[in-house]
Amino acid sequence: MKRFHVSLLVITAIFMAVTPTFLKNYGIHLFTTWLIYMIAIMGLNLTVGYAGQKSLGHAAFFGIGAYTVAILMKAGISFWIGLPIGALLCFVIGLGLGFPALRVQTIYLAFATLGFNAAVWLVMRNEEWLTGGTYGINNIMRPEFFGMSLDRNLPYYYMVLVITVVLALLLGGLLRSPWGKAFKALRDNPIRAESLGVDTRSYTLLAFAIGSGFAGIAGGLFAAQVGFIDPAPFAVHYSIMMYLMVVVGGPGYFFGPVIGAAVGVILPEWLRFAQAWYLTVFGFAVVALMIWLPDGLLSIPDRIRARRQSKAASAARAASAKRIGEAS
Amino acid sequence: MSVNQATLAVHNLAKSYGAIQAVKGVSFEVQPGEIFGVIGPNGSGKTTLFNAMLGQIQPDRGQIELRGQDVSGLSALALNHRGVGRTFQTLQVFGKMTVRENLIVAAQEHKGTLFSRIFAPSDSGLGDKADALIQKFHIAHVADKPAGELSYGQQKLVDIAMAFMSDPALILLDEPCAGVNPKLVRDIGDLLRDLNKERGSTFVVIEHNMDFIMSLCHRVMVMVEGEILAIGTPDEIRNNKQVLDAYLGS
Amino acid sequence: MNMTDFLQLLFSGLATGAIYALVALGFTLLWQASGTINFAQGEFVMVPAIVMVIALHMGVQIIPAFIMACVFSTVVLGWAFKRGLVDPLFKHGMMPIVVATIGLSFVLRNGVRAGYSAEPQPFPQIFPDDIYNIGGVILSATDVGTVVVAGLLIWAAQAFLSKTVTGRAMQAVAQNTESATVLGINVPRMILYTFAINALLAAAAALLVTPTFLAKFDMGELLGTKAFFAAIIGGFTNSRGALVGGLLVGVLENMAAAYISPAYKDAVALVVFMFVIMFRPQGLLGRKEERKV
Repeated sequence: MKRFHVSLLVITAIFMAVTPTFLKNYGIHLFTTWLIYMIAIMGLNLTVGYAGQKSLGHAAFFGIGAYTVAILMKAGISFWIGLPIGALLCFVIGLGLGFPALRVQTIYLAFATLGFNAAVWLVMRNEEWLTGGTYGINNIMRPEFFGMSLDRNLPYYYMVLVITVVLALLLGGLLRSPWGKAFKALRDNPIRAESLGVDTRSYTLLAFAIGSGFAGIAGGLFAAQVGFIDPAPFAVHYSIMMYLMVVVGGPGYFFGPVIGAAVGVILPEWLRFAQAWYLTVFGFAVVALMIWLPDGLLSIPDRIRARRQSKAASAARAASAKRIGEAS
Repeated sequence: MSVNQATLAVHNLAKSYGAIQAVKGVSFEVQPGEIFGVIGPNGSGKTTLFNAMLGQIQPDRGQIELRGQDVSGLSALALNHRGVGRTFQTLQVFGKMTVRENLIVAAQEHKGTLFSRIFAPSDSGLGDKADALIQKFHIAHVADKPAGELSYGQQKLVDIAMAFMSDPALILLDEPCAGVNPKLVRDIGDLLRDLNKERGSTFVVIEHNMDFIMSLCHRVMVMVEGEILAIGTPDEIRNNKQVLDAYLGS
Repeated sequence: MNMTDFLQLLFSGLATGAIYALVALGFTLLWQASGTINFAQGEFVMVPAIVMVIALHMGVQIIPAFIMACVFSTVVLGWAFKRGLVDPLFKHGMMPIVVATIGLSFVLRNGVRAGYSAEPQPFPQIFPDDIYNIGGVILSATDVGTVVVAGLLIWAAQAFLSKTVTGRAMQAVAQNTESATVLGINVPRMILYTFAINALLAAAAALLVTPTFLAKFDMGELLGTKAFFAAIIGGFTNSRGALVGGLLVGVLENMAAAYISPAYKDAVALVVFMFVIMFRPQGLLGRKEERKV
C-alpha cells in the first residue's frame, strides 16, 4: 500500500508542478487555492476521516491562521515567523476545543464545533480593533523566499506546492506510525480501543489539534495569496463545505483531500457563471453520494474489489458446501 | 499480605439498575494461573459483573483488587495498563484494519510513550509477536485481510488473540464460544489451555457451553439472580444439588 | 433596569422563543422517532414560506396559501423526505443521514435562490397592527398572537402525543422501536406521521416568522441553527425540552441584545448551548443516558 501511495504522490506532484506552466495567471491562482484548501482538508481528513470526530468548525481555524499572519505582518513580523505562529496557535486552540470534544459525543460535537465557528466569526466581524471588522485587513504583502520575490503568482504557487508536499509526507509518516493505527482504532471502535490500552482521549485531542494546525497553515498561505482577508471565507457555511469536501473525497483515504478540494474549489470556479445552480447540484450530488457511495469517491476501487470478492466467496461456498468441519 | 496473593479479588460487588438488582453483593477470589469459569442462566448478572469489574460501568458498591492493589472504579483504559485484558460478548475487532494490524494495535500502547510512538516503526516492533500468535491461532492465511472480511469464527479467534498481545496477567473472556461451530469450540478450548500453561496467565471465562467450561476450567462459579450459588471444581459443581436444581437440570 | 422595559423584552423574547420552540419541537420529535438529525430543518421553514409567497403572488388569499404550503410541506418535506432520503440511508447509521440533510439544505437554499429569487420577498401581516398597553407594558398584537398561536400548536402536538392512540403509538416508537413492533404498532407509519408533523410545525413557524423577517432563500440558516441549539439545551430526549429550550433562547437573546450588545445577539444561543453540553449534556429537561457495552 505504501509504495502505491508514494508513486501516486509523485505522479500528483509532477502533475501539479508541470500544469501551471501552461496556465494563465488566473489559472495559477486557482491551482494555488486548490493546494491551500488541500492542506486544510488534509487536516480535517485526519480529524474526521482517521479519528472519526465530527468537526464542523474547520473554517474557523483557517481564519485564525489567516488573521494571525495578516495581523503579524501588519506589525512588521515576517511571514515566515507568522506562519508557524498561526499554525501553533491553531494547534493550541484545537487542543482546547478538543477537551469538550471528549465530554461530548458524535452529533453534539458537530454542533459544538459549529457553534465555535460561529463565535469566532462573530469576533472577526465585530472586533474592528483587532481584525478590521467587516472591512478586514488588506495590503498583505507576498513574502520573500531566501531573497527571491514571490510577488508573481507562479513562484508563489511553487512555494505553496513545496509546503503541500512536505505536509503530505509528514502526515503520511504520522499515519504510518503507531499513531495511525491508534487513530483508526479510535475511529472504528473506541470502546474496544480503550480496553486495549489506547488512550482515546489523548489521541482525540491530538487529532483535533493537528488537524487545526493544518488549517492554520492553509489560512496563512491564503492570506498572503489573496493579499486581503475579511471574515467572509471563514463563516460556518465554509466549515460545512470543508466537511463535505472530506466526505466527497472519502474520509480516511489519503488522497481524499485532493479530490475533495478539487470538487470544492476547481469545479465551482469552472461553473462560476451558474454559482447558485452549482451549489444546488452539489447538494444533490452529496445526497446521491450518501445513498450510493457513503464512503466517498475514493471508495469506488474498494467497492469493486469487495463485490468481486463476495462473488468469489459465494462461488467458493457453493463449491465447499459438502465439506464438513472446516474452520475457515 | 499473603505470599500466594490472589490475582483477582472481588469484595461485595453490587450493581442495581433502578429497581433491578443485577448483582447483589458478590465476593470471590481467583488464584494466579487459574482458569475460572462463570456460569449461570441469562439475567443472572454475569455480564454486569464483568462490566463492573472491567471499568465499563460503575458498581454501586464493592471493591476489586488486582494482585492485592485496589483497582475499584478504574477505567477500562487504566485496567488494561495494569495488566487486564478482555474479549467482548459482541464481536469487536477493528473491521477496516488487517488481522495483523489488529493484533499490533492490541499491544502497541504498552510500548514506549505517546510521543515516542510517532517515531516508532509502523509495527512498534511487535511484528514477530503478532506472527507468533497468528501461527498459534491458525489464522496465517487471513493475516493480511481486513478483519471485517473474515468469517465469524475467524473474527472470534482474532478477538481472543488480541486479548493476549499485551501479555496481561488477567484475561476476562466474555462468551468466547458464542455462535461458533463445535470444532472451533474445541480449538478455542485447546488454545486457551495451551496459553494458560505456557504463560501462567489467569483467565476468567463466562460461557453457556457446559462441556467447554467443565473441561477447561479449574474452578467454576455459578451465579443465579445476581448472587453466587456455588464455587467449586467442575466435579463439585456437577454434583451440587442446588446447582442442578437451579440451572443444570436434573 | 426598568421593570417595564424588562417585561417588554421578556414578552417579545417569548414570542421569538415560541417560534424557535415550534421548529425545535419538530426537530426533537424527528430525532426521537427515527434518529434523524435534520440539518435542513431551517430550510423546512423557508420552503413553505416561499410556497406561500408564490401562492400570494398568484392571487391566493393568505389562509388558502397557508393550507397549500402545509400540503406541500407534508408531501414533499414529510413523505418524500422520509421515503427518498431517510429510508434508503437508515441502515448506514446516523452520519450519512446527517450529511445527506446537509446536502438537502444546499439543494433547497440554492435551488430557491437560483430558481426563484435571491431577493427578500414581502409577506403580509397575519396579526393586526394593534398594540396593547397592560399596566404600562407595551405588547404588540403580533407578539401576543405569535405566543398564542405557537402555544396552541405546541399544546395540541403534546396533547395529540399523550392522549390519542396514534400519538401514544408514536411515543412508543420513539422510546423503543423494537418493542413497538412487537406490540403490533405499524412503526414505519408512525415514523411517517412524525415526519408529517415536523413538516407542519415548520410550516406554521413559517407563517409566524415571515411577516417580520421576510421570505428569503437564506432565512432558514440562522433559524435552523438556533432551533438545534434550543432543542439540545432543553433536552433531546424530552419533547417538552424543545419548548423550554426555545423560550429560553428567545428570551435570553432579546435580553442580551438590549443589555449587552446587539452585535453578539446571535452568540447567546451558542453560549448557552456550550454551557449545557459541557455541564449538563442531557439538556435541562433530559435524562442521563448510561453507556452500555
